[in-house]
Amino acid sequence: MRLFFGSCFTLILAAVVGLGTTWLTLTRGVAFGALSIGAWTAWPKSGSVDIDPYARAIVSRTGQLPVGTGDGVAFYARSDDAGNAFDGRCTFVISGSTPAARYWTLTLYDAEGRPVANTIDRHGFTSAEIVREADGRFAISVAPRARPGNWLPTGGIEQFVLVWRLYDTPIGVATRTTKSGPMPAVARKDCS
Amino acid sequence: MIRLLLWILGAILLGGIVHLSTVLAMPQTAKQDAYSRLAPLTPVNAVALLPPPTAKASLMPFMDPAFAVAVCRYDISSGPLKFKAPVSQAYTSVTFYTRKSVAYYAINDRAAGRRSIELDLMTAEQHAQLPAEEDVTAADRLIIESPTTTGLILLRTLAPEPGLMPMARRALAGAQCHVEEPQ
Repeated sequence: MRLFFGSCFTLILAAVVGLGTTWLTLTRGVAFGALSIGAWTAWPKSGSVDIDPYARAIVSRTGQLPVGTGDGVAFYARSDDAGNAFDGRCTFVISGSTPAARYWTLTLYDAEGRPVANTIDRHGFTSAEIVREADGRFAISVAPRARPGNWLPTGGIEQFVLVWRLYDTPIGVATRTTKSGPMPAVARKDCS
Repeated sequence: MIRLLLWILGAILLGGIVHLSTVLAMPQTAKQDAYSRLAPLTPVNAVALLPPPTAKASLMPFMDPAFAVAVCRYDISSGPLKFKAPVSQAYTSVTFYTRKSVAYYAINDRAAGRRSIELDLMTAEQHAQLPAEEDVTAADRLIIESPTTTGLILLRTLAPEPGLMPMARRALAGAQCHVEEPQ
């Protein structure tokens, strides 16, 4: 009898532990080989056959298609440099310069990876359309209400994700140090 | 007491096995992966233009809205596939995914180095069956080996400004992908 209850207890606990850790790793986005520069994190191996099992599981569960290694690399940010989570009711300023790339795009998504509805129908910027300073640097305001200059509307949603995609870039699987590519700084300003 | 600890230890070990097997089984069991999402909307071995992602309807998560995207859902079980895409003025890339969304090959317009990107997609077996001579004379044709008989080719063209999106979408209309009938 004791054996029976013990086995039941063990099996149930094993299922909870196993499925719980799987759920946690897949929803939190745990994957190996991350390349972090400031607030930005990329998984260059996810765009190749060397993709790790965790990234594969996430990709197939969410239905996304990762950017291929010969195409470019995608950097994700969910919080600013100081670790403040992105909140669509606050203003965040992205400034600086980017690693070498033929083109880049910056896109704002909700937590599920959908573009966010807004009044001016803008979901991101490309390197070709951004307004720059004389020295090539730029500043982008990610804010719920209109700002002068480069304004990326958040639509006032609670949580958002920024994705910086560099196309035709030397940044990739071989990139080890954060020195090789300065990514733009992200800072939180006021919250409404 | 010790008996209880042993039961717990066993449960954690077993839990680890459950964890690893569920993670590894996920790509095989996922019902909502990119291929399954595109299957009802796209023909086999033909190029289909995808609608741009919007807040209401996004075919797949984390699509880049600055790109016009076309997909060729391929099945090369009956023979090699020929793929051809014109290169736009800004930036064009072609990425190959297996049935399970692994990006096994990607090329952009600069790497292709021509006015159009031309590729032959075949399985390793079909590649081995190619006559040796043909392989040499066709050296300037890029041959890609697909690890699976089905999969996706994603053709993407950048619209540097939103106003250039119609042009980018039109550029994709010239793309072709087809399987040559076996002789």
